[in-house]
Amino acid sequence: MTGLRYVYAVCRPLEAPLQAQLTGVAGAPAKPLAHHGLIAVVSEVPEQDFAEEPLRAHLEDLDWLAATARAHQGVIDALTVVTTPLPLRLATVFRDDSGVRSMIEAREDHIRRTLDRLEGRVEWGVKVYFENVESERAGQSAEPAPRPASGRDYLRRRRQESRAHEDQWQRAEAFATALHGKLSAFAEDTRLHPPQNAALTGAAGRNVLNAAYLVPRAHSEEFVELVDRTKDDSPGMRVELTGPWAAYSFAGDTPPEETPEETPEETPDEAPGGEEAEGRA
Amino acid sequence: MTTPRRLPDPYGGPSSGANLADILERVLDKGVVIAGDIRINLLDIELLTVKLRLVVASVDKAKEMGIDWWESDPALSSRARRDELARENAELRERLARLEELEQGSGRSAGRRLPREAP
Repeated sequence: MTGLRYVYAVCRPLEAPLQAQLTGVAGAPAKPLAHHGLIAVVSEVPEQDFAEEPLRAHLEDLDWLAATARAHQGVIDALTVVTTPLPLRLATVFRDDSGVRSMIEAREDHIRRTLDRLEGRVEWGVKVYFENVESERAGQSAEPAPRPASGRDYLRRRRQESRAHEDQWQRAEAFATALHGKLSAFAEDTRLHPPQNAALTGAAGRNVLNAAYLVPRAHSEEFVELVDRTKDDSPGMRVELTGPWAAYSFAGDTPPEETPEETPEETPDEAPGGEEAEGRA
Repeated sequence: MTTPRRLPDPYGGPSSGANLADILERVLDKGVVIAGDIRINLLDIELLTVKLRLVVASVDKAKEMGIDWWESDPALSSRARRDELARENAELRERLARLEELEQGSGRSAGRRLPREAP
């Protein structure tokens, strides 16, 4: 076999077997590779797609990237059902099994510590969309608006409209802040992601909150109920819940004492690349 | 306000309700970074992330970072085009309003003057 090894995650030995037909990023099955009491979940990928040059070219292709990201996430999802995986970033590729083993040896302590910290926890994503803007604007234009009698009337009306718009935004912000406060109080940890662009998601409304919450699996049901209860509080706001995810947003934090050369980031989400420093160490 | 929500299955489940941005946000931008044998120049991945951020990140975030040039460029922003039209309209209406006032004023004086000159 001349393929490369694509690593999805590292976890503790599985108590239940992985599903039989678990297909990885290039169509090959994902399998556990045990070493030093840990397992890496690995699949073989063709060198023609995952060697440096082709991989770099592929990563620029949004369709390839989307398909690969979904396949990667599919494996992580399957792992999340049976264990608490430490998910690696997309396209972590080694030459062969021994390369994967060396990686595990080199990072054993850190991997174990992170796995301990995340054990039994999942990530829930909560997004708030603000839907009122367009509908109220449509409502305004539906009314038979009298033509402004003068330039001054016209200006006055425009001022009123922009004031109403401002009020809506304040309401949306207040709603999102209150919800985030409530959910943060329940969750063990939380991360704020940049709001998503509707052009990419096709979601209706404007994304005003995009947050991740770390919640013990055992308390997930309560968390979901909490989100459900809160989301009827305010008309015009739409709350979307995704998960349970593997604890992606919480896996990258590196304890400062282990890698003293990097600056510990208090808010990694606001410092792009902050948590990525680990890979260069 | 019903949204497709996930069952709180205690054993987890696939994140099927997630959109592509949700997935990319995590598999590309989060998770543990380990340099493999295949060294994708990290700068390239960062550049890619930056590129994607331009797509994924919101306008608000960009504004926070001080990037807002497209907003006022009518060639790039439909809102800027609308705003420009609106500004032009407002300006025209204001001029019209001033002209209306002027006309009323001159109309009155003309009215007073005319009868005097007629006889």
